[in-house]
Amino acid sequence: MEHIKCGCGHINPHGTVLCESCGRGLTRGAEEKKILDMRYEGSARRSQTYNSTIVDKIWNFFSSVKVGVWLILITLIVSSFGTILPQEFYIPNNADPSVYYEKTYGIFGKFYYITGLYDLYNSFWFILLIAAIGVSLVICSLDRVIPLYRALKNQRVDRHESFLKKQRLFAEMDSDSKESDIQLVRERLRKQRYSIREENGALLAEKGRFSRWGPYVNHIGLIIFLIGSMLHSVEGLYVDELLWIRQGETLQIPGTKGEYYLKNEKFILENYEEEGNAGVFDEALERVGTVAKNYQTDAILYRNENNELPGAQPQLTELAKDDIQVNEPMKFDQFSIYQTSYRQDEMKAMYFALTNKATGEELGEVKIDLFKQEKSYELENGYIVELLGYYPDFEGFDKGGEPTSKSPLPNNPAFLFNMISPAKPDGEVSFVQIQNTMEPFGENMYKMAFKKLETRDVSALTIRKDLTIPLLGLGGVIFMIGVIQGSYWNHRRIWIREKSSRLYVAGHTNKNWYGLKKELDLVLKGTSILNPEDQVEKEKK
Amino acid sequence: MVLAGLSSNLLYTAFVLYLFATFFFGGAIRDKRSQSNVSGWAKLGFILTIVGFITHTGYFIIRWIAGGHAPVSNLFEFIVFFSMMLVGAFILLYSIYRISILGLFAMPIAILIIAYASMFPREISPLIPALQSDWLQIHVTTAALGEAILSISFVAGLIYLIKAIDQTKAGKKTFWLEFILYSLISVIAFVLVITSFNVLGYEAKFSYVDQSGIQTEETYRLPALIGPNQGQLLTEEQMEPIVDMPAAINARKLNTLLWSLSTGILLYGLSRLIFRKRLGAALKPVVHNVNLDLVDEISYRSVLIGFPVFTLGALVFAMIWAQVAWTRFWGWDPKEVWALITFLFYAAFLHLRLSKGWHGEKSAWLAVIGFAIIMFNLVVVNLVIAGLHSYA
Ligand code: HEM
Repeated sequence: MEHIKCGCGHINPHGTVLCESCGRGLTRGAEEKKILDMRYEGSARRSQTYNSTIVDKIWNFFSSVKVGVWLILITLIVSSFGTILPQEFYIPNNADPSVYYEKTYGIFGKFYYITGLYDLYNSFWFILLIAAIGVSLVICSLDRVIPLYRALKNQRVDRHESFLKKQRLFAEMDSDSKESDIQLVRERLRKQRYSIREENGALLAEKGRFSRWGPYVNHIGLIIFLIGSMLHSVEGLYVDELLWIRQGETLQIPGTKGEYYLKNEKFILENYEEEGNAGVFDEALERVGTVAKNYQTDAILYRNENNELPGAQPQLTELAKDDIQVNEPMKFDQFSIYQTSYRQDEMKAMYFALTNKATGEELGEVKIDLFKQEKSYELENGYIVELLGYYPDFEGFDKGGEPTSKSPLPNNPAFLFNMISPAKPDGEVSFVQIQNTMEPFGENMYKMAFKKLETRDVSALTIRKDLTIPLLGLGGVIFMIGVIQGSYWNHRRIWIREKSSRLYVAGHTNKNWYGLKKELDLVLKGTSILNPEDQVEKEKK
Repeated sequence: MVLAGLSSNLLYTAFVLYLFATFFFGGAIRDKRSQSNVSGWAKLGFILTIVGFITHTGYFIIRWIAGGHAPVSNLFEFIVFFSMMLVGAFILLYSIYRISILGLFAMPIAILIIAYASMFPREISPLIPALQSDWLQIHVTTAALGEAILSISFVAGLIYLIKAIDQTKAGKKTFWLEFILYSLISVIAFVLVITSFNVLGYEAKFSYVDQSGIQTEETYRLPALIGPNQGQLLTEEQMEPIVDMPAAINARKLNTLLWSLSTGILLYGLSRLIFRKRLGAALKPVVHNVNLDLVDEISYRSVLIGFPVFTLGALVFAMIWAQVAWTRFWGWDPKEVWALITFLFYAAFLHLRLSKGWHGEKSAWLAVIGFAIIMFNLVVVNLVIAGLHSYA
């Protein structure tokens, strides 16, 4: 690969536009331009130099900021489509999306479902888009950071006049009797915390160079974050389970491979109460009604000591007791248990009385636990109630006339009873719901009269383990450091050079020209050195 | 309750002080004698702004004490806090650049936002369990501050456009500039319409069928142009709606929107009649002395200052809190998505500016679009798109 030797003797890599050392233009274009584009100091970037192989082409594609911006804009626009209707994970969780969207939102809902917008953020295309941004980030950063580093490291103090002339802030004048003024300027620059280097009658004052690395630091942070978020799909790093647990129940904690159990000792729900005249919230409560103040599950955590023994009964030892509240999860062994939701007054048991329809006489009461039923319930004096069928979530009768249940949850329980009595030893069949009784085989003598309902609260807990969080946190912190570094500091340089009885003053900053100009005003005030002019503004006029 | 009253009075005082400050910043523009240096008018304007900001802060602190939690928990409180941060961001940028034109445009926008906020229920509301966390304060305040600083970029961009756009011929640019001004006027219209009908005590009750097919009631406080799904007017002698909406659309909010937009058109038309030229053209003399490069720089600088703050508040802190309160740091909730969109948009802005040389007018248009996205997230996402963050 050929190198380019500059007039000053420095050897630059192929593709360099401005000599890394003295700043002279090395190409015809760079020599002719009035003001220099100093973004990467005119150093050789791979993407600007090679374009023959397929690797070059891919590299050049992804290193282009134009492509990067397009990728960002496309992601932004596509993301917004996903907010028009709720995403799949926000619709009621027993609803079938293929029906739900059309039923709720009509024709547009159907469109939303068919195009896959209802689950946009998990779709292949969306993930591909994010991945493309990631690739672009890596390549564009590599393409620029090394050349930029070389150029900033190799820069000479005595830059060529042609380089100074092409700076946006520039002035030249006679160099007679400026010595004392330069001395003053030097001191003032130090006070402004510039670091000053001098060689051969040239002065370079520089500060904030580290801010030039800000974008690269923040891009690294983003890449780490993106990698972290892709790790969710790796087995063992991420657990996300929902556990509905009733008051009094002890259940295995899902996602822990049978090692841990949890008992819901008590579920508590507190609402805000109006306090009469003095209450600050009274007005708001009046308007919106009930507002929950706290809900929590008083829980006990157990470990199953027999987990390693296949087939053994669980043997639980208590590990911890905690009240799990929203914003206050219970933590153990990389897992957190969050209070997510609750359902009040789930049906637990129903009481019926076997009743003589004609006399109204009650012959005994039956309690049916909706989670654990018996085959038959014996009453006194030879009365027996058999449970022929139990339909916890009754939805209707199938073609054969059999009752059917939608789910195993006791949302709408129905029972098929056989009532055996001394008068009817073969029994009478009755189909019973809370509000409704049917007698499929003709008029009965007895009925099962509904007496009362026993309920309890169910708490919804989320079991979460996420070992990617430290990586995400690291990415986030690095990103923030990078953005702050690049945004709140600028890289400013001021050159003062005497050559052949002429004095040249030039200034450059990567951003915030106003700040640099004010600083130059301050530094040069009262001296005979001319304040550099803004050549961009001059050209406009 | 006494405290709550005191805090409202402080807010009202701040509102009035901001009005006066605007007036003085206007005077500074007219003051031909001292164009370069900060004139006495501008100084007074700035002092009034600072006193206003202090009273505004007083409102915030006292309401915090009264309610026992930072007043950023419902739409009214959040928008008022946003306006407070907007004034704060203006103070910050004014102390760097000291140009009074920035005050003349930033202060009316802050005033407009306070007026807008006060159209929503203003009582102190209790916190639901998910909001009972210190992260509420940390996240919401930082996010609002970031958005406010970014909004100053819009203010500077708007000034740039008014000055730079050639008003001698009509075209796309003049059209969109008028559109921006019309949008601002529509906010005034919204405030006027709501206030007028509130004063009149207008009320119309409807029974209607909601999305899940349940019969419900709703009260309109504006005459119904648009009625709810299968709506039945229950209040006698009030206006019958012209059309009914399907259940998936919130008809009452759409009705309010329609009222604001059409009243906005009326006000806009009126102003055209008065000035006999485009509003952009009418405003041009105001920005006569503006140095374009300087406002461009201010616009860019506000993005540079605001972007890290916004990212920290609206993404980083948001994720930390979401992890604690909702068990996951990111859930693609509409509000989260729109914060991400805002972030991506300003990232694109910075790249276009840095690498593609999008300075001046292009950059000013981008600043306007950025503000539109922020406002969309503040207003539309809260009120229209239901999600975990919905305050309505
Ligand atoms: C969401 C994704 C991205 C974010 C948040 C981001 C963020 C940033 C920020 C904050 C800066 C500093 C800008 C300034 O100081 O004015 C920057 C600079 C830059 N970014 Fe990105 N970026 C992203 C994606 C990309 C992509 C995909 C590319 C590749 C094409 C890219 C290429 C660059 C370049 C070339 C610079 C300028 C570097 C320099 O001045 O030396 N960025 N980025």
